[in-house]
Amino acid sequence: MRETIAPWQVSISPTARGKPMPQTTAKPTITQLPQVHLPRNAGMPLDLDWVARAQANTSAIERRAKTLPGRRTVKKDYQAAWLLKAVTCIDLTTLSGDDTAGRVRRLCAKARQPVRADILERLGVEGITTGAVCVYHDMIEPARAALAGSAIPVAAVSTGFPAGLSPFHLRVAEIEESVKAGAREIDIVISRRHVLTQNWQALYDEMSAFRAACGDAHVKAILATGELGSLRNVARASLICMMAGADFIKTSTGKESVNATLPVSLVMIRAIRDYCDATGFHVGYKPAGGISKAKDAVTYLALIKEELGDRWLQPDLFRFGASSLLGDIERQLEHHVTGAYSASYRHPLG
Amino acid sequence: MTVKEHFDSMDYGPAPESTTEAMAWLEGHKARFGHFIDGAFTAPGKGFETKNPASGKTLAKISQARQKDVDAAVKAARRAQPKWAALSGFERAKYLYALARALQKHARLFAVLETLDNGKPIRESRDIDIPLAQRHFYYHAGMAQLMASELPDRAPIGVCGQIIPWNFPLLMLAWKIAPALATGNTVVLKPAEYTSLTALLFAEICARIGLPKGVVNIVTGDGAVGEWIVEAEVDKVAFTGSTEVGKRIRAATAGSGKSLTLELGGKSPYIVFDDADIDSAVEGLVDTIWFNQGQVCCAGSRLLVHEGVAEVFHRKLKARMDKIRIGDPLDKCIDVGAVVDPVQLETITRMVDGNSEGETYKAATPVPEGCFYPPTLITGLSTSSALMQEEIFGPVLVSTTFRTPAEAVAVANNSRYGLAATLWTENLNLALDVAPKLAAGVVWVNATNLFDAAAGFGGVRESGFGREGGWEGLAAYTKPKAKPRALKAVTTAFTGVHALHDPIDRTAKLYIGGKQARPDGGYTQTIYGPRGDALGEVGLGNRKDIRNAVEAARGAKGWSATTGHLRAQILYYIAENLSVRADEFAARLKAMTGKPGRKEVDAALETLFTCAAWADKYDGRIHDVPIRGVALAMNAPVGVIGALCPDRAPLKGLIEVMAPAIAMGNRTVLVASEPFPLAATDFYQVLETSDVPGGVVNIVTGSHAELAPHLAAHNDVDALWSFSSTPLAGPIESASCGNLKRTHIAPAPGPVRDMLGHATEITNIWIPYGEG
Repeated sequence: MRETIAPWQVSISPTARGKPMPQTTAKPTITQLPQVHLPRNAGMPLDLDWVARAQANTSAIERRAKTLPGRRTVKKDYQAAWLLKAVTCIDLTTLSGDDTAGRVRRLCAKARQPVRADILERLGVEGITTGAVCVYHDMIEPARAALAGSAIPVAAVSTGFPAGLSPFHLRVAEIEESVKAGAREIDIVISRRHVLTQNWQALYDEMSAFRAACGDAHVKAILATGELGSLRNVARASLICMMAGADFIKTSTGKESVNATLPVSLVMIRAIRDYCDATGFHVGYKPAGGISKAKDAVTYLALIKEELGDRWLQPDLFRFGASSLLGDIERQLEHHVTGAYSASYRHPLG
Repeated sequence: MTVKEHFDSMDYGPAPESTTEAMAWLEGHKARFGHFIDGAFTAPGKGFETKNPASGKTLAKISQARQKDVDAAVKAARRAQPKWAALSGFERAKYLYALARALQKHARLFAVLETLDNGKPIRESRDIDIPLAQRHFYYHAGMAQLMASELPDRAPIGVCGQIIPWNFPLLMLAWKIAPALATGNTVVLKPAEYTSLTALLFAEICARIGLPKGVVNIVTGDGAVGEWIVEAEVDKVAFTGSTEVGKRIRAATAGSGKSLTLELGGKSPYIVFDDADIDSAVEGLVDTIWFNQGQVCCAGSRLLVHEGVAEVFHRKLKARMDKIRIGDPLDKCIDVGAVVDPVQLETITRMVDGNSEGETYKAATPVPEGCFYPPTLITGLSTSSALMQEEIFGPVLVSTTFRTPAEAVAVANNSRYGLAATLWTENLNLALDVAPKLAAGVVWVNATNLFDAAAGFGGVRESGFGREGGWEGLAAYTKPKAKPRALKAVTTAFTGVHALHDPIDRTAKLYIGGKQARPDGGYTQTIYGPRGDALGEVGLGNRKDIRNAVEAARGAKGWSATTGHLRAQILYYIAENLSVRADEFAARLKAMTGKPGRKEVDAALETLFTCAAWADKYDGRIHDVPIRGVALAMNAPVGVIGALCPDRAPLKGLIEVMAPAIAMGNRTVLVASEPFPLAATDFYQVLETSDVPGGVVNIVTGSHAELAPHLAAHNDVDALWSFSSTPLAGPIESASCGNLKRTHIAPAPGPVRDMLGHATEITNIWIPYGEG
């Protein structure tokens, strides 16, 4: 698989960790947000020593995750602002066997106007859309058409999603087809067996090939953390995928029995932080599956703010993979502006 | 500020907890409080204001107790005690259960009041202090229920005077009152001057649930009130607070016969090995030194990092510190609240400003005006730096590095304190090897500041003695039902004029470090039998002999690391060799005391067997704490035990002291029976032939009154027992203050099972686990 390694990888000289890479610009400050594009993760040579050093103490990580909601909270207008931020970070998703063009068009309409206009008006905020719309390959075309004229990208799940066990060349070809069809973001699934057998080189090579196939499209690496067996494996797989050029690392397909959790998120974003410290590259994070309550979304944002910093609280570096989360946020926002608890039928279906 | 601006800044914004109910409660009392004595509040008297340290505003006026208030409280407790103790365990359990329930029902009021009065973040009082206090009452409701069946040989101590600090006002109250009440004691408790309010709310609840009057009495005031409680007619004093005050209480109660437990200061090590989950270890520090503004006796305030990862660790730690939010403790989004009082703030500031070593990093986080101190890290300190040794009791972490596990243990134990310790490693072998080697009553592995009613908490060395929580905590509030049978006192040895008539001169020496040693002073004393015949001469030990014996005992540390099986083998071997010479010892005893000695030799042999039996059976426990993990309550030897052996029954008494001590892995310095020392000096020949390693048992002969103060003041003796008929409790207990050695003074050694308790310290090692 070596031949699939793209030039951007071999051109990177090994760097001492702790020092930002020379080609990286200084960390952007709040005032520049979010217009300035960060340099894309160029990856780095596989560093197995680093991978082997990675540790993740399950109990300690669970304690941090469990106490966080008690340590951080936002109220009133701040809460409304945070919920709106969450909306802008949602990859509004439909990944069902019965998806049709019509279904996808309705979803895209919701992506363009995720919160009722009168509510947004009362909040004094405009231009709120979701972060992306996420679909299977065959739905890219209707989604692209429905989103035409907006800045909302179409993301496609790929590489034999969700199991990732189709022939390797077909998985690579699937990426290429999706990019050709207009997907600007590709959510790939890694081969869990490479993690479970600790075959890090194979994982690195696979991820490198996927990244190369994506070209200019951004690639999100789905680790399927619910199937990796341990948080240590999650930490190591996160590092490998970033070394191999992932733009985002993502927890789950939504099809595993355990999807995004706070402990898993903590491990992955700490890996992102270490990777940024070592290389200067900002890799994004996407928890997916199981986040359906507005309160959970706020907790996730607080976790990101605490562990990664404010720069990651933008849709270019953070996404929720979620389908029912938006509905709960809409109800909370209506409650915020009216003072009365809301009902789901008062908000347009997605 | 608009939603749009918040959307762009993504700041947290204020999230204040309401104080309405708490203020209404204060107003309901007209913001003035008396004492709670004999089931009712006294009229508010002269006193002082209690303030909210975050705002400086006065919350209420608290009465300063006078001597007569303390007397009335003690009298009420005394009156109530027999009836309370006579209630069935079930009856007492019902009251404790009601208290637990009441704490739960009023949880938010307690939490807000605690934060108002103390300045700790509402998150901590809401999520930690108050739930742990509830848990303590629930747990001890169960202990009341089980006492009769599970502790059939234990009785309540009586009236307990309890003095608690300001850092965890309600939680420390719970730790003191719940076990006392469960086991049939009544209490007079004094909350700290700064933080009396939750104790007063608790008092109100005691009345509301119908707790019999006099069972709980609460008097408020400053240190003078504490002194009166210590001096009052109480049977026990329990104190949590500074080591300095703890030593004063030890001195004040010396010789009084009052039972004493002290939970004092610490400078607890926080050890990070290079294979640790570094991010989690960094986060742990937030839960220890930046918990409760660092005003925690067991705070991991001394960071020890493996040299190879120190740079990375400190970098990550500083980044984490910058994320800490400091401010209004009533804000639900605050990590560090107000220091309890401007006086404490001044102490912290002075200590940090007085340090010129290493590098000081203060968190880059906004610090409000007033009683606030920023999270601070001082790196690059050596063990000799004052801040590495002294407790700061504020949000200040000091740091140094180590190279090897052995060095980590050495640096960790290089402290006069021994309360808690934390260690981080992913290596099970390393964790389980290091944890028991740390001089600490509590060790947390890959976690920190875990507390629960089911696990004992308390320290060693100058961090105090006694445990709170768990089965072991009940020892502090109970005593053996059976009074130890006092041996008839011997005041003087026999005298005589007859010459020695052994054919060859025999010199009884001291036995130090496995060798027979001449007394340093070069004096000997003739020992006579009841008819005045000279039986032999023994050396008159002096302070230098004590010094040498303690040094030998300290050096024999290998003994504490041996297996129980090996110690049992050696105790059996001692019995075997003593048995061979049973007739000779019996004859010696008869010659010295005039009474047949065979029974005493047989009793000594049986005690040796009993202790050999226990050597490998005095198991620890695994406490059922509410985490996925274990809290191992491990019995560890106390260390070097000095003992003044009983004067009567000179062989049996010696064995009753020595055997349980060495069975548990202690090394001993035994001062033989003063009037009848020759059985002890004969006995060292038995030791020599029984494979007892040199230094494990050292025998000194001489005057108890002269030797006891030297043993008591020796800072390398961990415990001192006295069963001497010379009254030594006063001098021993007051001289023991130097290193706060444990003392056990009784007319005679107790049953072996009790002696094993005195011969061990319980260390609770918390090991959360889990993978996946």
